[in-house]
Amino acid sequence: MFVIPLAWLQLKRERVRLLIAIAGIGFAVFLMFVQLGFRDALFNSAIRFHENVKGDIMLLSTRSNSLISIQSFPQRRLYGLLGLETVENISPVYVGFGLWKNPFWEELPKSQTRQIMVLGVDPNDDVLSVSGYDAAARKLLKIEDRILFDKQSRAEFGPIPTKFEEYQKQGKSIVTEISDRKVTIDGLFELGASFGADGNVLTSESNFLRIFTRRDRGEINIGIVKLKQGADLYKSLEAVRRALPGAYRVNRLLKPEEAREDFIVGEIRVLTKKAFVEVERKYWQNSTSIGFIFTLGAVIGFLVGIVIVYQILYTDVSDHLPEYATLKAMGYKNRYLLKVVFQEALILSVMGFIPGFLLSNGMYTLTRNATALPLAMTTDRTFTVFCLAVMMCVISGAIAVRKVQEADPADIF
Amino acid sequence: MTEPIISIAGVNHYFGSGNLRKQILFGATTIVEPGEVVIMTGPSGSGKTTLLTLIGALRSTQEGSLKVLGQELLNSSEAVRVALRRNIGYIFQAHNLLKSLTTTQNVMMSLELHTHLSAKEREEMAKDMLAAVGLSDQMAKYTDQLSGGQKQRVAIARALVSNPKLILADEPTAALDKKSGRDAVEIMRKLAKERGSAVMLVTHDNRILDVADRLIHMEDGMLESYDLETEAAPEKAIALG
Repeated sequence: MFVIPLAWLQLKRERVRLLIAIAGIGFAVFLMFVQLGFRDALFNSAIRFHENVKGDIMLLSTRSNSLISIQSFPQRRLYGLLGLETVENISPVYVGFGLWKNPFWEELPKSQTRQIMVLGVDPNDDVLSVSGYDAAARKLLKIEDRILFDKQSRAEFGPIPTKFEEYQKQGKSIVTEISDRKVTIDGLFELGASFGADGNVLTSESNFLRIFTRRDRGEINIGIVKLKQGADLYKSLEAVRRALPGAYRVNRLLKPEEAREDFIVGEIRVLTKKAFVEVERKYWQNSTSIGFIFTLGAVIGFLVGIVIVYQILYTDVSDHLPEYATLKAMGYKNRYLLKVVFQEALILSVMGFIPGFLLSNGMYTLTRNATALPLAMTTDRTFTVFCLAVMMCVISGAIAVRKVQEADPADIF
Repeated sequence: MTEPIISIAGVNHYFGSGNLRKQILFGATTIVEPGEVVIMTGPSGSGKTTLLTLIGALRSTQEGSLKVLGQELLNSSEAVRVALRRNIGYIFQAHNLLKSLTTTQNVMMSLELHTHLSAKEREEMAKDMLAAVGLSDQMAKYTDQLSGGQKQRVAIARALVSNPKLILADEPTAALDKKSGRDAVEIMRKLAKERGSAVMLVTHDNRILDVADRLIHMEDGMLESYDLETEAAPEKAIALG
């Protein structure tokens, strides 16, 4: 209907102001991307282990909150399920935190030791789908005091990945200590650091018990149950429920369909693989301050954006007020002027989003390389932040248009 | 005789309310015929501009009858007034052109409201109009690259391009030197006569009174009318104008 794109022409005419607006919105977009990105990275890093476990039903102690504060339960509860009709296999996992000694220590002030997460698994069972943990690696773990080191662990544990290859070429292997137990690094696997654990070590259950001498073989941390091909998950859960001793309880806050996948029998919490991942994610989201802090950061970015766009639009409307009054005197409706302001807001949001997006991409790469956190630009987050940017500009537009009403054509004569 | 373009009968207008209520217009009554060029003079504060904003449907009429292009404006709604404004050409004391637009786009802004025209037609009409006011070589320029007289001629082109039946001008020469002011009103008169548009012009500038067919003098909110073809402009109007 209107041939002249007044909104765009007005923005374009004030180059410097346009650039400042783009910089401001870009910054707000950047802030939202970084905060939401860190938040997601935190959650994703926390559930990386959970997502890579190969199993259908998981058993945990009812006292466990998350992987980093995991409690133990009697192994016989897990073995009791072996007799169930649909169960193919069961496998225990031991989780513990040991003190890792950096074999390539560079003297003080750097500390030689650092806490590392040690996972003990049954090397006969293929329970983890992570790169580097293959049949050959599993076979090596059966040897006494052999471990696999997570090559995405933080650098403070020592330059293990590079040195490992060097040593391998010379036919040697790296020897170090975990909690004063001498261990040999037999290979590398890839899991990645999380906010809870800076590095990971994978070993066999027997080696785990050699490192953690005070741990009891009969007390495991996670029980993995694999079902037979084609077995019905819910019927199997029902069978597990009947096979475990103790009273059946459900968290009242869960929806019925969630309660089917997450319930408690006696001292054991029974979870599907999906619920196992969700419980860990929810722990970080709801039970720690970290999720809240990053969300707050994103909200602040959003508010900063609103203020910036409002300032720009308000100044723009003020500058054009006599012109707007003229347009009204010519017979333009208020609606036309409101449209101009909102169009300006939308143009600004799109133009500010692009540099913000590019900058955030760079920041993600930088952070990923520096922290080994799983930080990447996802379509979901791109879409979310874009919508937030548009919303931000529309809200400021809605505040700024009140100024347009002041353009009174009777005053310009 | 055809219906007058403007017919004002007993229009009173007040500003303020309560104790501060002040009457500006006292029973203003006059008629403007189609194609007539009328100049309204009068001292500052006499109510000229108030009357012009009433005619231009920028304010709502409070008392008396004010018919513009056949539309009664007494107690009119905002929608009626907005619609009427589209059929009136305005020329302001300050040119009030849009800084972000070129001269052609500025003139086209007044055609944007006439949606039956295609984009191409609008552009051609705008360019013809600019040529008619003698600005054929300034069409792609922004307004801050033009002189004061050129800007006012763009404003005239903008007011006339949609062929309105009525043109209202409020001191169009106030910001211009003698020659460019004279040129501007000459062009306005010529184009208005060619198109049969009536013009109502408010001015203080007695150098341009001779472009009018008829003179209206306003003093203290009351109108006096003089036909310039049958009698000379009164000393009072010229002296005060």
